[in-house]
Amino acid sequence: MWLTRPLQERSTQVFLGVLFAAVALVTLLHLIMPEGHALHVSAYTVTLLGKYLCYALLAVAVDLVWGYLGILSLGHGAFFALGGYAMGMYLMRQIGDRGTYGDPVLPDFMVFLNWDSLPWYWQGFDMAWFAFIMVLLAPGLLALVFGFLAFRSRVTGVYLSIITQALTFALMLAFFRNEMGFGGNNGLTDFRDIVGFNLRTDATRLGLFIATGIALAVGYVICRGIVTSKLGRVSIACRDAEARTRFLGYRVEWVQLFVFVVSAMLAGVAGALYVPQVGIINPSEFSPLFSIEIVVWVALGGRATLYGAVIGAILVNYAKTVFTGVMPDAWLFALGGLFVLVTVFLPKGIAGLLQKRRKQEDDDPTENGSYKPQSKEASA
Amino acid sequence: MSVFEQLSNRDRVFEFLAPEASPVDVRHGPILYLEDVNVSFDGFRAINNLNLTIDDGELRCIIGPNGAGKTTMMDIITGKTRPDTGSVWFGSRHNLLTMNEPDIASLGIGRKFQKPTVFEALTVFENLELAMAADKRIWPTLTAIMKAEYRDRIDEVLEMIGLKQLRDKPAGILSHGQKQWLEIGMLLMQKPRLLLVDEPVAGMTEQEMERTAELLTSLAGKQSVVVVEHDMGFVRSIARQVTVLHQGSVLAEGTMDQVSNDPEVIKVYLGEEA
Amino acid sequence: MGISRWLASPCLKRLGLTVLLALAFIVASPVKADPGQALLADLADASPRQIDAAIEAIVDSGDPRARDWLDAYGNNRLSRNKNTGQVVEVLRNVGRNWTIADPLTGDNLGEISRRELDRVNINNAIRGKLEGVLAMLDLYSDDPEVQENAAEAMMGKVNNSVVNPLNKLLERDLPGPVRNRIEESVAIYQLEQGDSQARVEAIDVLTGSLHSNARAALNNAVAGDDPAAAARAKQALVSIEQKLQMNRVAETLYFGLSLGSVLVLAAIGLAITFGVMGVINMAHGELIMLGAYTTWGMQQLLPGQPGLALILSIPAGFLVAALAGIAIERSVIQHLKGRPLETLLATFGVSLILQQLVRTVISPLNRSVTTPEWMSGSLVINDALSLTLNRMYVIGFALVVFAGLMLIMRKTRLGLEVRAVTQNRAMARSMGIRATRVDILTFGLGSGVAGLAGVALSQITNVGPNLGQNYIIDSFMVVVFGGVGNLWGTLLAGLSLGTINQILEPWAGSVLAKIMVLVLIILFIQKRPKGLFPQKGRAAEG
Repeated sequence: MWLTRPLQERSTQVFLGVLFAAVALVTLLHLIMPEGHALHVSAYTVTLLGKYLCYALLAVAVDLVWGYLGILSLGHGAFFALGGYAMGMYLMRQIGDRGTYGDPVLPDFMVFLNWDSLPWYWQGFDMAWFAFIMVLLAPGLLALVFGFLAFRSRVTGVYLSIITQALTFALMLAFFRNEMGFGGNNGLTDFRDIVGFNLRTDATRLGLFIATGIALAVGYVICRGIVTSKLGRVSIACRDAEARTRFLGYRVEWVQLFVFVVSAMLAGVAGALYVPQVGIINPSEFSPLFSIEIVVWVALGGRATLYGAVIGAILVNYAKTVFTGVMPDAWLFALGGLFVLVTVFLPKGIAGLLQKRRKQEDDDPTENGSYKPQSKEASA
Repeated sequence: MSVFEQLSNRDRVFEFLAPEASPVDVRHGPILYLEDVNVSFDGFRAINNLNLTIDDGELRCIIGPNGAGKTTMMDIITGKTRPDTGSVWFGSRHNLLTMNEPDIASLGIGRKFQKPTVFEALTVFENLELAMAADKRIWPTLTAIMKAEYRDRIDEVLEMIGLKQLRDKPAGILSHGQKQWLEIGMLLMQKPRLLLVDEPVAGMTEQEMERTAELLTSLAGKQSVVVVEHDMGFVRSIARQVTVLHQGSVLAEGTMDQVSNDPEVIKVYLGEEA
Repeated sequence: MGISRWLASPCLKRLGLTVLLALAFIVASPVKADPGQALLADLADASPRQIDAAIEAIVDSGDPRARDWLDAYGNNRLSRNKNTGQVVEVLRNVGRNWTIADPLTGDNLGEISRRELDRVNINNAIRGKLEGVLAMLDLYSDDPEVQENAAEAMMGKVNNSVVNPLNKLLERDLPGPVRNRIEESVAIYQLEQGDSQARVEAIDVLTGSLHSNARAALNNAVAGDDPAAAARAKQALVSIEQKLQMNRVAETLYFGLSLGSVLVLAAIGLAITFGVMGVINMAHGELIMLGAYTTWGMQQLLPGQPGLALILSIPAGFLVAALAGIAIERSVIQHLKGRPLETLLATFGVSLILQQLVRTVISPLNRSVTTPEWMSGSLVINDALSLTLNRMYVIGFALVVFAGLMLIMRKTRLGLEVRAVTQNRAMARSMGIRATRVDILTFGLGSGVAGLAGVALSQITNVGPNLGQNYIIDSFMVVVFGGVGNLWGTLLAGLSLGTINQILEPWAGSVLAKIMVLVLIILFIQKRPKGLFPQKGRAAEG
């Protein structure tokens, strides 16, 4: 089975091992160590780490399309945000009559705008199962429609990048409008609880952190499953010689569409887990800057490796936390510099450095550490 | 064409309706049939009233000076370029002008490019695996499993093209000649009814050329082969029927001896070579 | 004080006034009488019923100072000195002592306790009438501009006190616009107050008018109780509405062209660097921003001469942006040749750095750039259509820049070399073209044009660190829409996108219009993936 195949390869085992160990360690340090102890991990830190893991999942999703399909999406923030909004709408409905205006059905901002009933697209979001399906469906549908239009007319490369950027920009403008019914500028916030658990307790926060860790693991395995399958090799073929792949009889546009939609759904899940942890979703998640930042996480970590994307996302966001705390003005300089340095001096990212070192140690003449040799495939 | 129009197009055969066996109908004559094809780029006529017929199982060589329209002709057959006018039929059932590249490829037309294009990041084995005739839709591709019979077949072709030693090496490290062979191997994996081979021996040694000639002639009969080549020696060694293209249309057609004695041909093409 | 200079009027009409003046200026030795003194005194003494007559007398006198007097009167600044009986103009009415002046000569008479002064009475009814009267005075002015403004002010303010003078005025020889305007304002009055015959005539006069007051009056007539007039007014409104519609179309087109030329300016540099060279420069927007900041800097260097500064900014903005562009090309882009996606990321990084640099060095807030006088104001075509001058300049500037670029690319050696290098770099090099030098010059040219766009943009939008960001996506859209590598395509695409945007805006709102345009482009690319003017043939296959 394509999904279990990655579990048998060493790199995935190592990745999952490290991830579970880290999540377990944080959980233990949070629960066992008394507050004030040097090794205690505070609830704040747990949530912060949970946020990083969301970003890591998002980066894995971007690496899937950029690394293996050659589609540089500058609009993945849109899928992330859509997943986030779907979750946010559920959390808003959970507030019920505990809002400032005490309306049992309408969220506060709708009461404020003098709306007298819930718009049709807010129906159903009071049910968790419905909302969780929408977390996948909303970004998936957008990716399906957009991807269908773009790939069918063979828009690729830089053109596609710019159009994806335009897409997220357009959505940002749209979500800023109050008439859209998503809270305009302020977005959705003031959440109370999620599937019955109070969002403001430490236990819920820890639970969300662990859930995010699991989501990252599952997302990673799905992506790994795709890239180690024959479809993954077809994706690489599309990436490197699109026309040639077509002459072999593959429907390049369907391959692109499939991978793009899967990636968008993963991004949506990342967004959905992100929202309850940071407690707000607003249109700034649609900003082109955020989307392009994701790409630089992947670039720093190392394109087409998946685990590189995770490393990159965590490193850059940790740096961002430190920088914005110490000297906020310098962050954009650092980020801008990072873009230039990584692309000019570190085209293969940190993963590239690691592979190089391992290659020197093993003296392995093959170049591609990221694809498994074919012969092992037979046993799967 | 809108989706609706496509759906209402009665000429189109949907995949699920198409018969399992080779759908190409050659009972009523040739396997490939081009009639009055015209293409122009920005006013330049690349193909000019081209008429060409390839019979089932034939090995045909196409020669012609640069700019004669050889590559454009291949582009038209494989669906990359749409002609302005004319008709192109594969067998007597399939109008190639209504189909796209993957459909045409699945139908059984394989193509080797002038400049060898292999997937450099993938290994030699993987290149052949992708080319292998199989269900190439998304889900079957995702869940595909490498069966022993497939591997045997790939190894067989690896043997044939002499790349067995390089089986698990990325195709990017191959030499020009090796890439040519890999492309030919990929063509073989596709099991096409019609092979379009664009300059197969460029960058090959004398010995390799011989092997290529051998391979192509052995294929003819079971499959139809169209070879576009500049190397006259090579053409002479394999050719039964030769077509000379000039300025986008057929200048002469016949055996190698016939065309090489044609005064027109000598003037535009062979004259320069000799 | 030279009270002796104050003269009694020789032709006093009213007995009471004569007596009063005789008492007040008993010692005066008349040399030459100023009629104004009597007129003002009349006004000051008039009972509420007589005030109209007193004002009329002042107006009829034709005295050039009449306007100032009535103006002062309307503003409560005409007072009578309780001691001397003199009518004075109050210049400053703050504090205990007020500064006064002689309304006849304009001489400053110094300060006087406010208790010594007795304000000349006025009420709101009079003040209302006074407005019309003042406008009347202006209508007689020799200055055509004053005359025109007064005619404009008369619209909808005609009342029975001015209608006769206006009709009298119409008998005189008047400039066309003034005459039309006065005829219209009289017609509005007639429509409201006249008999049915007068109403019909009035409607005929108003049929041609695009003025909002005329429309308001006609609307009233439609709702009025005179059915004949109502029907006719309805017809008139229909014909006016048609004219307005045409004007609105013209206005939309103008705004569209102006927005379009901004897009062309922003995109045309990109058409060179992206379209011709194939380099994705995401910092293009920031080069535009640098051009705009150059304009601001130039104005700081030359305070008080915004026009000169603006003109100097054109070469300066070009140079600054071109040098910055060349620096980016040398330091980043040349290392990423043939890797467009990486180039995109790296230049995006550069754009972040440039933005933050401006925020840190200059300010995160918007800077204001002054518009020189000859660029402000607008060209009035008619009541419903006036074209702002600064936009007109931008349209002209965009066309000039486009023509210049076209010349460079088509007629110069550089243009030839650029085309040679982009089509076949190796071949061009082997023919002795220094490809690196061509790269630098071309990139400099494209960047410099971005600087020019910034100079132009500084005149119509805010100059701030985000200026460039707002244009980069639009610019790429224009280039993609027009067809990469085609300057004509860029021009056409920019102008049409601008116009489409303006057409959509009124009924969709600006944000939705923008979104619709983006969607439109995405759909358009479905039909024509290579833009309006695709490159065909082998070269396009890449």
